[in-house]
Order: sequence, then C-alpha cells, then structure tokens
Amino acid sequence: MTPIREMFATLERAALLPYLTAGLPTPADSIDLFRAMVDAGADAFEVGIPYSDPLMDGPVIMRASEVALAAGTDATRAWAVLEQVAGLGKPTLAMTYANPVMQAGWEAYCRRLSGVGAAGIIIPDLPLEEAGPLLEAGIAAGVGVVLFVSPTTDPDRLRRVAQADPEFIYGVSDLGVTGERQAVSEHVVGLSARVRAVTEVPLVLGVGISTPEQVQAVRQLADGVIVGTALVRRVLEATNAQEAARALFDAVRDLRTALE
Amino acid sequence: MIPRRLDRPDEAGRFGEFGGRFAPETLMPALAELEREFESAWSDPDFRAELNRWLSSFVGRPTPLQEARRLSKQLGVRILLKREDLAHTGAHKINNAVGQALLAHRMGKPRVIAETGAGQHGVAAATAAAALGLECSVYMGVVDIERQALNVQRMELLGTEVVPVAAGAGTLKDAVSEAMRDWVRTVERTHYIIGSVVGPHPFPWMVRELQRVIGEECIDQLGGEMPDLVVASVGGGSNSMGIFYPFAGGEVELVGVEAAGEGIDSGRHGASISAGRPGVLHGTRTYLLQDADGQVQEAHSISAGLDYPGVGPEHAYFNDSGLATYDSASDLEALAAVDLLAHTEGIIPALESAHAIAWVSRNASRLAGKTVLLNLSGRGDKDLQTIAGRRQ
Ligand SMILES: Cc1ncc(COP(=O)(O)O)c(C=O)c1O
Repeated sequence: MTPIREMFATLERAALLPYLTAGLPTPADSIDLFRAMVDAGADAFEVGIPYSDPLMDGPVIMRASEVALAAGTDATRAWAVLEQVAGLGKPTLAMTYANPVMQAGWEAYCRRLSGVGAAGIIIPDLPLEEAGPLLEAGIAAGVGVVLFVSPTTDPDRLRRVAQADPEFIYGVSDLGVTGERQAVSEHVVGLSARVRAVTEVPLVLGVGISTPEQVQAVRQLADGVIVGTALVRRVLEATNAQEAARALFDAVRDLRTALE
Repeated sequence: MIPRRLDRPDEAGRFGEFGGRFAPETLMPALAELEREFESAWSDPDFRAELNRWLSSFVGRPTPLQEARRLSKQLGVRILLKREDLAHTGAHKINNAVGQALLAHRMGKPRVIAETGAGQHGVAAATAAAALGLECSVYMGVVDIERQALNVQRMELLGTEVVPVAAGAGTLKDAVSEAMRDWVRTVERTHYIIGSVVGPHPFPWMVRELQRVIGEECIDQLGGEMPDLVVASVGGGSNSMGIFYPFAGGEVELVGVEAAGEGIDSGRHGASISAGRPGVLHGTRTYLLQDADGQVQEAHSISAGLDYPGVGPEHAYFNDSGLATYDSASDLEALAAVDLLAHTEGIIPALESAHAIAWVSRNASRLAGKTVLLNLSGRGDKDLQTIAGRRQ
C-alpha cells in the first residue's frame, strides 16, 4: 500500500492535509513552517510550487506564489523545500500546474518527485482527459496522482475518474477558485454522496474549507480535508518566520482538534 | 506532402499536437456542453440565418475590400485592404462577440464575461450583450485600462462592468486568467465570451468558425482572382485565422505578423511562435513565452492586443505543418506604419493592424509586383493617446 493510502486506512478520523506554498517567507525558512504544522498534528502536506499563472488559485495563494518567487523560490529551491518537507515523515504531495511538469517531462518529473521522497502530485489544470501520460508516469515512478471532481461533475464522469484509480479524489467542495468562504458550500453533502456511491477511492475535500467549524461540518463526509488559504493568509500576515510558525501551529492544532 | 487544414480539431480538441482542454474540473462539463451547443447551433439553419441578419444589419457586413492605391504605388506592391476597421465598434472582434452572445442567449445563460487587452473585444462583448439584454463583466489589466482609456469609457457607457486586474503585469494574460477564475465560480449562469482563437477546446475552433467570414467575404469580393499573399497581425490570432482559414492549403502564401516589441533579442516582445516553445497556458497547448522552468513570461508590445505570451493552437499547427509562416514587427515599425497608412490612404489603423502593414512595408522589395491581401483588423482611435505619448 502507498503511504497515502496507508494513512487513510489507519486513521480512524478524517486526515488533515494543510496546503502551504513552498518558499514562504523565504526558501531557507520554509521548512520551519512545515515543522510547526507537524508538531500541531498535520497528517500530510500539499506543498504548493510557486507558479506564474496559478489559474485555480484565488488572491491569497496567488499573492503567496508571487512572494515566494520574489524571495527566490525558483524550481531548484522549490525542489529543495519539497525534499525537506518529505523528510519530516508525513506523506507529501506537490501541487503544481501542467506547464512546468510538461516542460520537465511527465516521467522525469515523477522520477524526481520519487527521488526527493514525495508521495504524490496534484495538478488542477490537468483533467482526466489530459492526465493519461501523468497517470502512467506516476505508476512507473511510484508517485500517486490525484484527480479532481467538482459539484459540476456528473455521475458518469465521476465513475470514469474513479476508474482511473487516482491516489485520492480531490473533491472541490465549492464552485470557484481557492479562497475562504463564509460557510461550507451547499454542494458538499451531495458531492460526497455521489463519490461514495461509485467508489472506494479515498475522497479528500478542499477549496473553501478554512475554519475549525467548517472542518467539523465536513469531517464525516470525507477521508481527509485540505485547508490552504486560511493558513497561507496567516503566513502572509506574519512579520517574520517565527511569528508565522506560531500562527500556523495554533491554526493547525485547532483544525486537528475539530477532527477528533 | 501538401499540408492540410483541419475542418475541426480531433475528439480531444487537438490540432495536431496543439490544443486540448487543460482546464479545471469544474469547467469540464461546461466545455463539453459548449461544444455540443455550438455544434448544434452551427448546423442549425435558423441560427445561421439569425447570425447573418445580425452581421449584416448590426455589424455592417460585408466589410469592404479596398484597393489601397496610394500605398500600393508608394511600396510598389499591390495592396488590398480588408476593412474590418469599418465593422461596428471598429474591429473584427464583433464578429465573434455577436456569435457567442447569440449562443449564450440560446443556451439560456443570462450573463456573459470577457477579457480584453486593447479593449476592442471588451467593447464588442459589451455591445453584443447590450443588444441582446445580457449582463456583462469585462476583465482588463490595469496597464491596459490606462493605455486604452477610451474603450473603458465605451464599455461603461454600454452598461458593462469593467473589472480591473492588478495581478502580474496587468495586461491581457492576467485578464484572461481572471476571467477564467470568474467562470469557475459562476459557470452555471455565465458564458465566457473568449476574445480570440485561444483557450481550451472548443474555443479555438468556435472562434475560428465565427471569424472565417472575413476570409470568405474576401474570396467573394475578389471574384475569382487570388492574391499572392495574405498578411495579418497575430495576437491570440483571431483576425489572422479568420482571414487565413478560407485560403489555407491552397496556393496563397499566408503570413502572420507577431509583435517584436522592443526587438526579439531584447526579450521584450510578444512573438510566441517566432521565439517561444510549446507549453500550456489558459487551457491549451501552444507556443508560449516561458523560461527554462516553465514559468510563463510577460509579453511586451506597444499594442495591447498583441501583448500576449501565447497564441491560438491552430496557428501553432499552421506553423509546424507549413500552412502559414510567422514573422514579427517591432513597436517602432508599427508606429511608422500608422503614419504611412494615415498619410497615403486616410486611414488611421489600430496599432495591432499596423504590425501587418509594417511587415509589408519592410518586405516591399521582395514583394514587388505581387498582390497582398492585408487584414486591417481595426481602427486606431483607441491608440491616439499611446501614439501621442510616443511622439513627445
Ligand atoms: C484591432 C485588433 N487587431 C488585432 C488584435 C489581436 O487579436 P487577434 O490576434 O485575436 O486578432 C486585436 C486585439 O485586441 C485588435 O483589437
């Protein structure tokens, strides 16, 4: 069993997968923030690779990408952060976009992920129809590929996504790009039920889930929850790395408590 | 082997190895629906008749094909101008905007959104939306809002909300990204009227079908004669694909002119085919300005409509298969071409279209005695501020 699947199989609650952009506040400090989240009870990580054109991201994560790039987080430094995060012993997934992976080559990119100890990859602009080469490369390199479903995905399409046997299904809980929402989306109960009805592939909910209350509201609906913007915002608001690490520790601890 | 144009892209939305649908999952059902709806509308004689009525009575089609006598004499090249600048709102963009707005109406979507660089597509979308009673929001980079202020006022007068985009360089690429983010949020009631032959399938195919009227009219107006070359400026590539497509695969040489900005060597340009590598941007695989890591680079052009680091995937296919060739013209050449056309023909062209004129002017000796069909894609009123600024 892969480390990610094993995590879902052994945990008796939904897993907490914090998202954070690599290279914040600087490439050198970045690992301290992830370490603080391990101490606070994170189960796995989604590490955002800073990108020029993050189409699925709202203003906060866009800003984080800009800040990280301006701080010198080029591809080489992003790989170094990814390797350090994977070294913390929690399943670690890279979150990036289609173009940088295609430029490196699907196979080469997956081999390198495996080489730095990463467990998986998430590409939000690579839908099922375009994911063939990545799915193959992932299998060859032992890297789990995540596929998305959304409230707009019909049951037939959902079945085809499940049949591709992704590492897990990323259920986009709300229409729109990443960002905080006032309340959990009305779509999420139906989405979870539709996924559960057709597959046993683990379901992880993300996009628009930010607070402990929201996490609590969805924890029965999925095998895991991704929280991104709410954490990234705290890092952008902090004046230095220590302050950011403390803020992340508190936030992740509260999110974990909400899952117990 | 004689290269062939494709009637339409394959199942996966590919023109050869270009195109596709690199879009967020939330949009995939909407893209599939759009493909079905456009297919059914396009083969429905009633829809086609309605579109044609709009094109003739509202847009003013057919646009004239004009012998540019004094310009021809001066350059020693016979030049025929396809006067898209005379279409309602002042550019070819309206052909596509009216078609897609009618489609949105047919699909029962009460709201449309668009991106704009030069503001011409934004004005065209705002115009079509007003005429059909649709809500409309247009995304526009803050730099373009500044340099195309006239068009911002026009959109607002038409009842459209202009949403400033400060991200990135504040130009066309960022406006497309922000329009797509809006669409991911509002897809259930909104249609995205993309402004060029770019974006995920079916957009590049659909916009080409809506713009091919330009070239088809030229063939009618030429009355059996064939030009030696067809020349057009290439931003996303809609005015060029619109005039190229009906000629493609025949004897006529097709030349697309990209923005060389401050020069290809300066790195400040918008010449994706001439100087880019294949990659993915805004849902499609095409030639792209990018660095070694695959970060998309900012384009630069004096003309907001050519200031884009990608290009329509069918142009990438035309380039690789030899159906067309692509070259570029610089900011300074385009400015000089504005003067040239204004003084010889009494027409102030858009800075975008001026790139095509500049290319013919630079290549005049090689083209001596030939007949060139040139797409005058738009008029230059919107650019007066930019042009005046460069004169000081
Ligand atoms: C007059 C005019 N010509 C050309 C263009 C470039 O776009 P395309 O290459 O899609 O024709 C624009 C875009 O704004 C335009 O306004």
